[in-house]
Amino acid sequence: MNELHIKTMADYMAAGEEPEILFWVGCAGSFDERAQKITKAVATILNNIGIKFAILGTEESCTGDPAKRAGNEFLFQMMAMTNIELLNAYNIKKIVTACPHCFNTLKNEYPGLGGNYEVIHHSQLIQQFINEGRLKIENGETFKGKKITYHDPCYLGRANGVYEAPRAVIEQLDAELTEMKRCRSNGLCCGAGGAQMFKEPEKGNKDINIERTEEALALKPDVIAVSCPFCMTMIRDGVKLAEKEEIVQVLDIAEIATKANGWT
Amino acid sequence: MLEQLLFVLIAIAAIWLFARNVKTIRRNILLGKDIDRSDNPSERWRTMAMVALGQSKMMTRPIAGFFHILIYAGFIIINIEVLEIIIDGIFGTHRILSFAGGLYNFLIGSFEFLAVGVLLACIIFLIRRNIIHLKRFSGVEMKGWPVSDANYILIAEILLMTAFLLMNATDNKLQQLEAAHYHTAGSFPVTSALASLLPNNESTLVLIERTCWWFHIVGIFAFLNYIPYSKHFHIVLAFPNTWYSNLNNKGKFNNMTSVTNEVKAMLDPSFTPPADATPGRFGAKDVTDLTWVNLLNAYSCTECGRCTSNCPANMTGKLLSPRKIMMDTRDRLEEVGNNIDKHGKDYQDGKALLGDYITPEELWACTTCNACTEACPVNIDPLSIIVELRRYLVMEESNAPSSINNMFGNIENNQAPWKYSPADRTNWINN
Ligand code: SF4
Ligand code: SF4
Repeated sequence: MNELHIKTMADYMAAGEEPEILFWVGCAGSFDERAQKITKAVATILNNIGIKFAILGTEESCTGDPAKRAGNEFLFQMMAMTNIELLNAYNIKKIVTACPHCFNTLKNEYPGLGGNYEVIHHSQLIQQFINEGRLKIENGETFKGKKITYHDPCYLGRANGVYEAPRAVIEQLDAELTEMKRCRSNGLCCGAGGAQMFKEPEKGNKDINIERTEEALALKPDVIAVSCPFCMTMIRDGVKLAEKEEIVQVLDIAEIATKANGWT
Repeated sequence: MLEQLLFVLIAIAAIWLFARNVKTIRRNILLGKDIDRSDNPSERWRTMAMVALGQSKMMTRPIAGFFHILIYAGFIIINIEVLEIIIDGIFGTHRILSFAGGLYNFLIGSFEFLAVGVLLACIIFLIRRNIIHLKRFSGVEMKGWPVSDANYILIAEILLMTAFLLMNATDNKLQQLEAAHYHTAGSFPVTSALASLLPNNESTLVLIERTCWWFHIVGIFAFLNYIPYSKHFHIVLAFPNTWYSNLNNKGKFNNMTSVTNEVKAMLDPSFTPPADATPGRFGAKDVTDLTWVNLLNAYSCTECGRCTSNCPANMTGKLLSPRKIMMDTRDRLEEVGNNIDKHGKDYQDGKALLGDYITPEELWACTTCNACTEACPVNIDPLSIIVELRRYLVMEESNAPSSINNMFGNIENNQAPWKYSPADRTNWINN
C-alpha cells in the first residue's frame, strides 16, 4: 500500500488551514485489527480522490454510543459534551465516519447538545464520488461474475434510512448482487448493537450472528459486504465458525472500492 | 312503543358505559410523564392517514394484510347501516334510509358482499390461530386471556355477520310476501339465495328478523363495551397512536435534560441549572416513570406479534419479546389504575413494572436494532421503554452486567470502550 499521509486537525490548525472534511475514525476503526483495514481503505479513497481531510488523532474519543444504548446517559453526555467542545473549537462543519454507530450518534444526538455538523457515512461519500464521476471502479481486482450479498447495519439502515448508498458501490462492479430475504428495512441485526458487542449474549438457543451468517451463506456468496466494523466482527466470526473463511470473504464496501481500483 | 323505549335505554346505557371506560383509560394514559409530540402536524396527519387509515404497514404480510383490510373495511362500512338501525330503533321505522332509492339498494347490496367477506376472513383467522397454530401467536405472553380475547372477538364478528345476513334474508322474504311494515327496500344479492330455506310463515319470519335485528344491534353495543378491555381497542387507538408516533430517525434516542443539567454543572462549576428542573428518577422503574406516549402505545398494542417475530433476540431463543414488553406495560398500568380506583391516588402496592413484570435479563438481550418499531403496524415503540428501564437499572441501581460496567470504565478512563491507550489511536496508519 502507498504510504498514507494523514494529517490531524492539530496539523491543519498549526498550518493555519482548514480541511474540507473531518474523518471520524471511531474506536473500532482505531483499535480493532480488522477494522483498521477499513479505516485505511477510507483514508486511501479520500487521498486518491484528493480530498483535504483530517482526523482528530489522539484527541478523538468515543462518541458515547455504547454507553447511551446501555442506558448510561451520564457517561454518554460527558463524552458528547467533551467531544462537542473539541469539534466546535476546531470549527468542524462536515464529518464522515466509517461506523454507523458513530454516524448515528453524531448526526442525531449531538445537535441537541450543541454539536451541529453535517454528518455522513463513508458509503454516502463513496456514492457521491461515484455519481460525480470522481471514483471509477476500474483497473483493480475484478469482481466479475462474483456473487455478493450485502448486510444492512441497523444503525445505517433502519435507524437512518440509508439503504442504497452502500449498494451503489456493488452495483458498479461486474458482480451479481443477491439480496438476502431479510434485507433493507427488514434486515436482520448482526447481534452487536445496543452494547451487545461488549457483553456475552443472554441465554438463548443460538447466537444472533450465527443466524445472520447462515442466512448469508445460504446464498453461496463469494463476498459478504458490510459497512460497519461491528457487523464485520460478527459476520466474520459467523463465517469462521461455519469454516467458510477460505471461500467467503467479508469485506467493507470501502475495501471493495479500493480493491476494485487496485489501490491496495 | 315499548320496543323503542327499550332500545333507547340500552343505547344510552351502552354509550354511557363506553364513555366511562374511555375516561378511565385516558386517565391511566395521562399518568405518564409529559412529552411534546405536537410538532409537525402535517407530517403527523399524513402518518395517521397512511398507517392507521391506509394500513400501509399491514401489507408487508400480504395474506394477513388483505384479510385484515377486508374485516376493517367491512366493519367500518357495515356500520353505516348501524346508523340506520339506530334511527329505526328510536323511531320504530323500517329501513328509513331507503328513500335514497338506487343508492340505497347499491349500498345494502355491497354490504352483503362485505359481510360474507368478513365472515370468511374471521374463519380463516380462527383457523390460523387455533388449527395451524401460527408461531407468531404463541409465546410466554400469549397464554390465557390474550388467546381467548382474540378468539372471542373473531367469534363475535362471525355471530354478528351471521345475524346481519339472516336479518337481510328474512327481511327480503317478508318484503316479497308483502308483509305489513316490510315495504320494499334494499337489494339482497347474497341473501336472496337463502329465501327457499326460510319458513313461509309470516310471523315466524318476523320473529327471526326481529331477533337478528336485536342481536345485531345489542351485539354491537356489547362489542363497544368489550373493546376497552381488549386488544381490540386498537381499532380506536390506532389513530391517535400513529398521530403521536415518533417522527425522528429511529436511531435517535432522546437526550435526558435532567442529565444534561448535572453534566453541565460538573464540567462547568459556574453553571446553575434552571430552577424548574426536577431531577426525579433517572430512567423508568414503573409505568408512571414512562411517558404518556409509551402508555398510549401499550393500550394500542394489537398483540399481533409482528415485533416479536422480527426481533433478533427473540428468534434466537432469548427471553426478550417486544410484544411482552408492551403487554406487561399495559397490564401493570391497568393494575396501577385499579389501585387508584380502589385505594386512592397515592396508594403504593410495592410492585413495579421493572422486576415484577419485566426482568433485567429481557432488557439486556435487546440489540436496539429497531426491527420491532419497523414491524409494528401501528407504530408502537417498544424500544424506548426498554431503554428507559435500562437507564433505571444502570443509573439508579448500578445493576448492569459486569462486562458492560467494564465497558463504561474503559470509556471513562481510556475514552474508548476497550482498554486501549488513547495514544495508540493513530496506530492504524502504520499497521
Ligand atoms: S430493538 Fe430490541 S426488542 Fe426491538 S427487535 Fe431489536 S432486539 Fe428486539
Ligand atoms: S407492539 Fe405492534 S407489532 Fe408488537 S404486538 Fe403490539 S401491535 Fe403488534
